[in-house]
Amino acid sequence: MNKIIGIAASEGISIGKAFYVQSEHIDVPKKKISFEDISREIYRLEEALIETRKEIGSLQRQIDEKLGYDHAKIFEAHMLVLEDRLLIEDIINQIKNKRINVEYAFSQSVKKYIDILQKLDDAYLKERAYDIEDVAKRVLRKMLNLDMQTLEHVKEKVIIVAHDLSPSETASLPKANILGFVTDVGGRTAHTAIIARNLGIPAVVGTKSATEHIQSGDTLIVDGAEGIVYINPSQKTIKEYQARIKAEGKQALKIHIPKTLKSQTKDKKRLIVSVNIELPEELPMVDEYKAEGVGLYRTEYLFLGKKDLPNEEEQYKAYSQVARKIKPHSVIIRTIDIGGDKFLSKPDLPREMTPFLGWRAIRFCLANPHIFKQQLRAILRASYGTNIKIMFPMISGVEEVREAKNILEECKKELKKEGKKFDDKISVGVMIEVPSAALTAHILAKECDFFSIGTNDLIQYSLAIDRADEKVAHLYAPAHPAVLQLIKGVIDAAHANDIWVGMCGEMAGEALFAVLLVGFGIDELSMPPRSIPRIKEIISKIRYSDAKKIADECFQYGTAKEMEAFLQERVQNILKDDLSKYL
Amino acid sequence: MERFEEKIIVNNAHGLHARPAALFVQITNKYDSAVWLKKEEEIVDAKSIIAILSLGIQRGSAVTLIVEGDDAQDAFKELKEFLEKDHE
Repeated sequence: MNKIIGIAASEGISIGKAFYVQSEHIDVPKKKISFEDISREIYRLEEALIETRKEIGSLQRQIDEKLGYDHAKIFEAHMLVLEDRLLIEDIINQIKNKRINVEYAFSQSVKKYIDILQKLDDAYLKERAYDIEDVAKRVLRKMLNLDMQTLEHVKEKVIIVAHDLSPSETASLPKANILGFVTDVGGRTAHTAIIARNLGIPAVVGTKSATEHIQSGDTLIVDGAEGIVYINPSQKTIKEYQARIKAEGKQALKIHIPKTLKSQTKDKKRLIVSVNIELPEELPMVDEYKAEGVGLYRTEYLFLGKKDLPNEEEQYKAYSQVARKIKPHSVIIRTIDIGGDKFLSKPDLPREMTPFLGWRAIRFCLANPHIFKQQLRAILRASYGTNIKIMFPMISGVEEVREAKNILEECKKELKKEGKKFDDKISVGVMIEVPSAALTAHILAKECDFFSIGTNDLIQYSLAIDRADEKVAHLYAPAHPAVLQLIKGVIDAAHANDIWVGMCGEMAGEALFAVLLVGFGIDELSMPPRSIPRIKEIISKIRYSDAKKIADECFQYGTAKEMEAFLQERVQNILKDDLSKYL
Repeated sequence: MERFEEKIIVNNAHGLHARPAALFVQITNKYDSAVWLKKEEEIVDAKSIIAILSLGIQRGSAVTLIVEGDDAQDAFKELKEFLEKDHE
């Protein structure tokens, strides 16, 4: 069976036929025109520009209604290109002086400017060249009477496969017929990825070779959570995935978006259910899914795939935009969790890397205090008048906490001297994801304000399982008693030292474990937006006293399988409901 | 006919990228006066978004704003403020 791996850009699973969208190449004929034809060609230019403006205008309104103004405003610059006098004069001059047809004059002028932009030493402006190309294609199609890409006429439900999709291509797709996206290029921050997430359509991007291996009509399975695309899979695989879709579908049908922000069990034990985000663009989902704050704000996207490091101002903007929106609830900002070799100029990495025992996260930051300080200063400044907490990733012992906190204090002193305001009492916590940190939690707790347990790495490190290695991946077991023992130990150590403890790994969003974690006494669960409804519903249906009993009894089981069977039976009993609805 | 010219440091977080550039062009086109932007030795028509983008103006870039025409005074004032202000 053939499968390709890319970047998990929007979660969910879909099975369907591939529809290959070729990046469009428009053949532009070159024709000599006579003097008498000049005015007609200029008229055709004006006509095409006006028509295209109308088209973009209506597209802009559609996007505004469906996705909000933030997405629609990218078309403002498109509009201005269409009335750009420099461009228009240049085209008219070419028609007049060179006596060539409007299509050719137009494509030559546009090409000239695209070349200029592409030569600029600025990644953002280079992308703008792509926008101009996008608009230019629309205009050319009008002039040449070519139809828009057949996408609007897609009648069947399909999975779109493309090298890349421009914002306007993505926007003009008939959403009701799109089952998923697969692209060769792009990362989690690409426009397609963001739109896919907002629409809840599975997407795998950055596969490098999707268009090489996939043809229209191939059967595909897109697993948007894992970043895997299966090409013409076996019946067995299809059945497996169909079962998963069915389970998810049930859940989608029966579980409603929660109405209230606060979560508590039947016997009034309060819990915070918050959300994991990585882009300011994801903020609307925080409201929509009723998350009580942001439990994990990943900051890597600011750094990945960029030629230059983001400066303090850029970071400050991003952090304060998020914090101001979420206020009065808190935003836990995790300092960068990437490594030295993967730092710059590489495209986006998969979100969760294989266990990386090297130079990354806090180790990288402590070795590069100038980069670390820039981020801490930006976070501190954004904390003024908002509710930000700082979290250090991949802490393995207390000396790292002390060192990081010393650097934070230096930043505070500098800011004070410069007269810049910040929250002097900002909470500082650590992510517990290395077994050595879990085992010394009682010591770490004395020097922190909170913990957040990162289960993905904790499980991999504890069980010595590399999930990317197919031969051992099946041994990855969140229900392994050793893992649960570590988690319980961390929670107990936190509470013994009067600090709160949350969880921001995948486990936090899983129904079975949520009940157990409530029983362990966890204070906060942070998860992807789509998991929030089911977890909130579960919390509202259980009693803390019952969950505690499960927690007390669970450690008599020796294997992950036994543990899972036990949890399933007990949770099912408490919920008195079809458990599969929540899984 | 009035003419104003002044060197200005661009203070927008992202320089004059797509959206700020679009806003800037919308202002220049409101006025009858001619507007140019000069960066180093390059001078462009500031009523063209493509021309402005092609200057590659980043935060902290020094540009010369030149406005000439009957409503140059108002235009100059608004554009100068725009360039010096930190948007967002």
